[in-house]
Amino acid sequence: MLAYTVRRIFAAVPVMVTVAIFVFLLLRLTPGDPAAIIAGDMATPEQLQKIRNALGLDRPIAVQFFSWFWLLLQGDLGTSLISNTPVTAMIGKHIEPTVSLALLTITLSVIIAVPLGVLAAWRHGTWIDFAVMTVSVIGFSVPVFVIGYILIQIFAIDLKWFPVQGFRSLSKGLGPFLERAVLPSVTLASIYVALIARMTRASVLEVLGEDYIRTARAKGLKENVVLFRHALRNAAVPVLTIIGTGFALLISGVVVTESVFNIPGIGRLTVDAILARDYPVIQGMILLTSGIYVLINLLIDLSYSFFDPRIRY
Amino acid sequence: MAQTSPFGAAMRLPVSLVAGRRRSSVIIPAFALFVLVVIILLAVFAPFLAPHDPVTMTPSVRLKPASEIYPLGTDAYGRDLLSRVLYGARISLFIGVGATAISVAIGLGIGLVSGFFRILDAIVMRVMDALMAIPSLLLAIAVVSLTGASIWTVMFAITVPEIPRVVRLVRSVVLSAREEPYVEAAIAAGSSLPKILWRHLMPNTLAPLIVQGTYVCASAILTEAILSFLGAGVSTETPTWGNIMAEGRAFFQIKPELILWPGIALSLCILSINLLGDTARDLLDPRMKKREASK
Repeated sequence: MLAYTVRRIFAAVPVMVTVAIFVFLLLRLTPGDPAAIIAGDMATPEQLQKIRNALGLDRPIAVQFFSWFWLLLQGDLGTSLISNTPVTAMIGKHIEPTVSLALLTITLSVIIAVPLGVLAAWRHGTWIDFAVMTVSVIGFSVPVFVIGYILIQIFAIDLKWFPVQGFRSLSKGLGPFLERAVLPSVTLASIYVALIARMTRASVLEVLGEDYIRTARAKGLKENVVLFRHALRNAAVPVLTIIGTGFALLISGVVVTESVFNIPGIGRLTVDAILARDYPVIQGMILLTSGIYVLINLLIDLSYSFFDPRIRY
Repeated sequence: MAQTSPFGAAMRLPVSLVAGRRRSSVIIPAFALFVLVVIILLAVFAPFLAPHDPVTMTPSVRLKPASEIYPLGTDAYGRDLLSRVLYGARISLFIGVGATAISVAIGLGIGLVSGFFRILDAIVMRVMDALMAIPSLLLAIAVVSLTGASIWTVMFAITVPEIPRVVRLVRSVVLSAREEPYVEAAIAAGSSLPKILWRHLMPNTLAPLIVQGTYVCASAILTEAILSFLGAGVSTETPTWGNIMAEGRAFFQIKPELILWPGIALSLCILSINLLGDTARDLLDPRMKKREASK
């Protein structure tokens, strides 16, 4: 297990280095002067020079890469071209709403989707199964922002149950936080629920045909014990995997949802950076989210043997 | 658990996101096909069907409700919403089909070569792992923010994140097909490399590629709409579903239809493509057939 853990960590390192090289080359390989690309058409020569200095564009490309990469290893993601503050500081200021939203969403999705998936597999071929699959296809096909606006219209404007937009920190109390976080989390959960419910259903369906399920039933275990202890646990690995790979979807969902609900998180930071053509911020966001993605999937990979003791490395 | 990539099982995306369904009636695929054909026809004949010009602004009729002259009402600049939604279908379908064609073509090329040559494979797959670790929307945003937003750069930006998914699929098919006796025979008979790749290996990838292609198409249409919605897409003067919704945001509380109608059009379009992808998978995936037969 230890050897596998070490091997997996070392396998993740080249992926992150390749991401960094890719992000670095993206700007340099775009046709045209990188400084002019970043500054836009209206830039003055002084502004161009300032960007060249900031990015060290007058030096050889290998020197540029290694000095940039060295700073990156120290946790320096560069400086915003607009506000002149370090990108890490900007992310730090905006991370709280995003993390609380993401955690709430994942919790909500798992609580809703896993039982739905098990239920659909258990009642395979009935109207329950059909309803779960229909909800899941719709959740997967209706874009997050459309769902967001429909929820705002129904629950915030017509029923007035929740405020339309905004965010309150959890430190200001659970009530105000939840009041504003429920709609965005439900919105964001729509794709995740669809994804997890499908995977749970398919995975449990496969397991339900196994001999040990028949044995469990034959020895008179209660159906919910059979389903949740015997079937679900053996079906857990693909479900965990999809939660990990679905994280990429969650990130794009976050960017859109924060924009719809006016939440000052890192998704909003990214959108503001696009509009201001603040490339260092976008670059920092790519490195950050890819890093988290790789880390989450690493942890999930390592957790397989916990859920399924048959998996040994 | 077979792990083809040292990066581990977690990096493998399911070939299809729409997992496992029973042999259903023809009603759902027929409905999906009907919806998609209607959307395509509306897009193609938009210039004849649209009651008004989609870009001419008429300030005197701002935010009007639905009427006989303006079937869905007008937007904040007095433009006919129905005409704009009809024209928006053109951009969505064009970018969806374009991005799919390009990413499948590039992914097929890379996947065939990389699946056949082991040494190349190791390098290519590491690059693909890295590309897949970057959330596709952020990658597209980065490309657009560097190249500027025209319809071509947006299409390119959407294509890049889709390529690794196609490469992985093609490669996995080639890896198993490569060991088949007929490929060995072709090598022994002295077939040229392009001929082996194209005549003997490529046909194996077609069925899974058709399925994957539909999902790529749905995802490309969605990404285009999100980019437009966030202000990183095609120029705001062009009517696209995402642009119409982005402009409608400010007037959402007064006139939610500005988001609702393009939203419905977009959702129906993606839904029908996903459902057709499911149907194609049920028909084309030999593993599914075997599973059905063994039941």
